[in-house]
Amino acid sequence: MSFSIDHLLQGFATALSLQNLLWALIGCFIGTLVGVLPGIGPASGIAILLPLTTVLPPTSAIIMMAAIYYGAMYGGSTTAIVVNIPGEASSVPTAIDGYEMAKQGKAGPALAICAISSFVAGTLGLVGLTFFAPLLADVAVVFGPPEYFALMFMALTLIISLSGRALLKGVISMALGLTTALIGQDPLTGAARLTFGFPKLLAGIDFISVIVGLFAISEVMVNVEQRISAISQKITHWMPSWADIKQCTMPMLRSTAVGFFLGLLPGVTPSVTTFVAYDLEKRISKTPERFGKGAIEGVAAPEGANNATSTAGFVPLFSFGIPTAPSMAVLLGGLMMYGLQPGPMLFKENPEFVWAVIASMYIGNVMLIVLNLPLVGMWARICVIPFYILGPLIIFFSVLGTYSIRFLAYDVWVMLLFGGVGYFMRKFGFPIAPMVLATVIAQMMETSLGQSMLMSQGSPLILFTRPIAAVFMGLAFLSIGRGIWLQVRYKPPEVALEETD
Amino acid sequence: MKRIVVGTIVLLAVVTIAWAGAASAADFPKKRITYNICFNPGGESDITARIQEQALKKFLGTDVAIQYKIGGGGALCWSELVQTAPDGYTIAGHNLPHTILQPMEMGDAGYKTLDLKQIYMFESTPNVLMVRKDSPFKTLKDFVEYAKKNPPGVVTVGGSGTSSANDLGTAMLNKAAGIKLTYVPFGGTGSAVPALLGNHVTALMSYSPMVVQYRDKFHFLAIASEKRMDIIPDVPTFKELGYDIVEGAYRGVAAPPGTPDAIVKILADAFDKTMKDPEVKKKMDQNGFKTEFMGPEASLALVKKKTVEYEAIMKELGRIKK
Repeated sequence: MSFSIDHLLQGFATALSLQNLLWALIGCFIGTLVGVLPGIGPASGIAILLPLTTVLPPTSAIIMMAAIYYGAMYGGSTTAIVVNIPGEASSVPTAIDGYEMAKQGKAGPALAICAISSFVAGTLGLVGLTFFAPLLADVAVVFGPPEYFALMFMALTLIISLSGRALLKGVISMALGLTTALIGQDPLTGAARLTFGFPKLLAGIDFISVIVGLFAISEVMVNVEQRISAISQKITHWMPSWADIKQCTMPMLRSTAVGFFLGLLPGVTPSVTTFVAYDLEKRISKTPERFGKGAIEGVAAPEGANNATSTAGFVPLFSFGIPTAPSMAVLLGGLMMYGLQPGPMLFKENPEFVWAVIASMYIGNVMLIVLNLPLVGMWARICVIPFYILGPLIIFFSVLGTYSIRFLAYDVWVMLLFGGVGYFMRKFGFPIAPMVLATVIAQMMETSLGQSMLMSQGSPLILFTRPIAAVFMGLAFLSIGRGIWLQVRYKPPEVALEETD
Repeated sequence: MKRIVVGTIVLLAVVTIAWAGAASAADFPKKRITYNICFNPGGESDITARIQEQALKKFLGTDVAIQYKIGGGGALCWSELVQTAPDGYTIAGHNLPHTILQPMEMGDAGYKTLDLKQIYMFESTPNVLMVRKDSPFKTLKDFVEYAKKNPPGVVTVGGSGTSSANDLGTAMLNKAAGIKLTYVPFGGTGSAVPALLGNHVTALMSYSPMVVQYRDKFHFLAIASEKRMDIIPDVPTFKELGYDIVEGAYRGVAAPPGTPDAIVKILADAFDKTMKDPEVKKKMDQNGFKTEFMGPEASLALVKKKTVEYEAIMKELGRIKK
């Protein structure tokens, strides 16, 4: 696939008609509303709203789908900041600092930085995509099972920085997450584990229920116990200051790079890259102790990585015709409606649709910032709603959202159970983020490990003899070593990152 | 007077409830149907569903939402299906031999073969053994000889799922050629292909549609069908190369056990019309699929027949106890 300015411009010409802009606007707005509902992320959002798009002509439909996708992503971040309910796993790091900012009356700047960072990352990502796609694709296939495992293992060592100074509690939290992910069927063979004979448990535990429970439900419980009157008493700032934006410039760029390059790998989702980007910023920062207490970079980084990863997901799609995530497959399905065959030939033979898609992703990006910056005020006001109204509303929407994942009451019970678990974790100072990260990457980590062991006939050396895998394993061990050294050296009290006042 | 009013209200209530409850096959489908795909996006199940999507919506008269439930070579998806409400609004793509072999091989796969209520069987794809274009193996003979000369573990073959057509195909080749290939399962063809592209496995035991898609990247050693396929005439069959291996996957859709027959019939008719739609047929052929047209009874008969066959094969291969 080669880049052609003609094609790109033509794509834009198509995408920029007044009618299409209107559809983009509607898509963004509806997408945001859907994304705000806990448990419903971009892929589900598109699936639910797909019927709407089928009445439209092809290009408009694709534009609307892209807009819905971006909107849903933004909606998930909105609730993460305003009420500490991440819309999906990728919004979890955003919630860490974003919610703290909201409590300090700074929900406005947080939301705005979200939109801005997403826009910057999305734009840069698209540029990377259009100019470098063929080169990048070859990078992606270099990752085989051992490399994936090493990457995931390194991601787990991130819990060290997410745990603040309470390393042991962070590790326990991670272990809890891994165990939860084990329940159900082995991803390679399908053998049942930890189900204790209950057929219901075979379906495993949907991690959305876990996240919503751990964050939303437990938060409500804690707030009720503390008898707070509202999440924040007063909105102190509506928009970020120029100083804020300047402070976030480098984090935005770095997180875009991280999110984009990791996102090239099939299977690496925004859920993973947002954590990595957050951790990177924390390590690089000259004032890391601000993270977890409302550092604006802590919001900018995950949001940038989020969008960059989503954009990077197009590279395997273009070069091999392999959609690497359900949302990609939905978009591909949209293309297929117009008689196109998926596969590597697709993009050689039908470049005009490809460029229309790229142009529409860009439009979605722009729409988002145009639409949402003005609405920041509206979303921010949610924080000052008296809690006796907001609390029950949160529970209502959590139940609704969780139920709508698979229409199983079982998921709602799981959510409530983890609400209780989350409550106790908070009471005893256990950080929640490591548990979430572990749950998210467990399946891929286990699958990769299984495959790697088959490839090496059971020898773990395969992880160290292959260059890329060895590098990641090395980084992982360095991280572990440093974490242990810090603990031993400073003997701090067991204080977790997210402990609230 | 009061009694009459109350009585009428109660009567109306009872009739309404009864009517609502009984409104099953009469006006099915009323809302969106969820079509679960049990493997990674980009694989055969996914590609087929995308080809079917539009026509299916037309013939069912309602929306079809495609969702993914990946893991365990499909076992995750099917074990979830058998616990879903049997109202016809959730169906899942299913594969033979996977749904026969998994309960057979694993103590508890989460479902039993006959629990899956057959709706329709719409395609079959023979196994194809493939390597990269730049690999040293030009013929099956080269490949087998190399495998014989090297210890197990050197030659790895990737494929979709465990206890699946790819898995079985590799096992059958092992037995027929007297070699020990190491099978590495992936979540689906969609994730197995990058593994070969990146040279992480020596070969893939995959399906015919991949021949069409990856014509310019891969080299195809043999196909496990009775005769060569028209769309890919230059790929020799295992049979003509001396190995009596005919194996591949049948794909269809299934519903949870207990789904009313009337509803199954409506779904089956929709799929039948879909597969006979000229646009769908054209795309299926172009993509290397062999279309099948088996309704509920024919599918069930096929499942039962294959179960007997596979039991014998699996015992011979030593994968299940005799």
